[in-house]
Amino acid sequence: MTIQSVAAPPYKIPKRRGAVLQFIVTQPLGAAGLAVIVAMIFSAAFADALAPFDPLDVDFSAMLGPPSWEHWLGTDSFGRDVLSRIMYGARTALAVGFLSSIFGCTAGALIGVVSAYFGGKIDLAIQGVVDVLLSFPIIVLALVVVALLPKVVVAGIDVALIGAIAIPMAPRVARVARASALAIRELPYVDAARAAGFSHMRIIFRHITPNIVAPYLIMLTASVAQAILLEASLTFLGLGVTEPTPAWGLMLSGTAADFYREAPWMILFPGIAISLAVFAFNLFGDSLRDWLDPKIQV
Amino acid sequence: MLQYTVRRILLAIPTLLGVAVLIFFMLRVVPGDIVELKLRGDGAAVSAETLQVERVRLGLDKPLSSQFADWMIGLVTLDFGKSMWTGNPVAHEIAIRLELSFEVAILATVIAVLLALPLGTIAALYKDTWIDYVVRVLAIAGLAVPSFWLGMLFILALLVYFAWLPPITFTPIYQDPWANLAQMILPALSVGYRYSAVATRMTRSSVLEVLKEDYIRTARAKGVFERLVVARHAIRNALLPVITVIGLEFAFLIGGLVVTEQVFNLNGIGKLFVQSVTRSDYTMIQALVMLVAFIFVVVNVAIDLLYARLDPRIRYQ
Repeated sequence: MTIQSVAAPPYKIPKRRGAVLQFIVTQPLGAAGLAVIVAMIFSAAFADALAPFDPLDVDFSAMLGPPSWEHWLGTDSFGRDVLSRIMYGARTALAVGFLSSIFGCTAGALIGVVSAYFGGKIDLAIQGVVDVLLSFPIIVLALVVVALLPKVVVAGIDVALIGAIAIPMAPRVARVARASALAIRELPYVDAARAAGFSHMRIIFRHITPNIVAPYLIMLTASVAQAILLEASLTFLGLGVTEPTPAWGLMLSGTAADFYREAPWMILFPGIAISLAVFAFNLFGDSLRDWLDPKIQV
Repeated sequence: MLQYTVRRILLAIPTLLGVAVLIFFMLRVVPGDIVELKLRGDGAAVSAETLQVERVRLGLDKPLSSQFADWMIGLVTLDFGKSMWTGNPVAHEIAIRLELSFEVAILATVIAVLLALPLGTIAALYKDTWIDYVVRVLAIAGLAVPSFWLGMLFILALLVYFAWLPPITFTPIYQDPWANLAQMILPALSVGYRYSAVATRMTRSSVLEVLKEDYIRTARAKGVFERLVVARHAIRNALLPVITVIGLEFAFLIGGLVVTEQVFNLNGIGKLFVQSVTRSDYTMIQALVMLVAFIFVVVNVAIDLLYARLDPRIRYQ
């Protein structure tokens, strides 16, 4: 009995009716984060209809204009509408954030599960590489990858950028996934599957992977927050998204740096957008963890 | 303790070796070689001859095994070669910038510790009151606010309220401590905010954890003043995980410096890193990556030794 409870998977997705409603009631902060995320996705998806101006529309008669009825959040040094650029920038941030997190977390989770499942020398070798990669701050590793990969732009988004954000994430997720999978590997039904002669692939994908979905989702949410921040940082450094694609990091770099003393709204609002987005995903991620695993009291 | 120290330092060597091997092969395995990426990257028409000359100059024409041997021997003898961009020795380029970045890092650490320990402890002691909520919101915000944006806001605030801009040239602390601090405090605050946010969260949860322990109840039951319970019994025991976080974040401060130095126009390690990446200066990137890994390993060893010192149980395991 004690072995059973020790080896029990650390997380379970609640299968209750009205799960969403219950999340909102028990995790008001997380619900607030979720609301911000939904609003962001909404404004990014319908930016074409919602944004008051074209984000690329240069208007030299309205350069560096302060917030007004026409331009709610003012205009930048090219007379472009800041609000519209933030809404289209949300598209870039969310696209890069989600894509890189999904790639990074999925790769990391698979590596972690494989490492835990096979154990022994394979585990040792994989964990060695993971350990080495973990000795770098995310942005340092991302910068190295940016330096290595040639730029390939698809639909206005640099594939190399997504790789640069996804790769540093993978070892971090692999750690957590490995720990969860180690506990599941010891459960009787995995033994049963092995005894029944199922292939390694089938056991990994049908029996172990579904049971680490909860920690995976938690990591994914936290990763999106980090990815948005990292994308903004890399773009700010001139190594991420480039003009003319609207991006929040871009709104804080280049000409913004020269003019923000005369036109503080140029940097104020994009910075708030980044902070709010990261804040919302972090808040939601934290609450998701508390909700999925009430045992952890943080 | 000596035996433990030696063992711990020896254990750090494989990690560094791993980093050296990994970075070497990462830079060589990429499709299309470095020279081509550097010279033809923007679609420029460069003859095959020029490429070959550049390869020879950078030593890239030699077989992989001898390149690897050079790299390894260079590491051991601390000879990192010359920058592919400036032609100066890499070690020199790094050394002249290290002081500045190191000072920002130390200032940021001091700020983080001074904020995190009291705030985290108070938040834990007043759990679920408005004090706790304020601290927690500030901490979560610290993880969300980009340090470069915070730096820009600081500069803006200075300009608006004091009509003062940070100086452009760096003044070493031994020349004029005040001028130096005036220049360094804002970059340190920008990176320090995130740092202190991480440490505050850790302090809070660690103190909360410890307050549930039996020995705290025992201390309270035998009538020890609450203040002493917190100061002597709780905080001391809660400190271990906090030290880990402070150490790891210190090792990772270069991540914050990379962007913050750009904002404050400080010529430090972070800026050098970004420049090397933009210029595809691979020897420099290699050396900087090794430096980051070295700092990480040293900090880790230091944390472990501190642990062993604070908690005798670890020493004898």
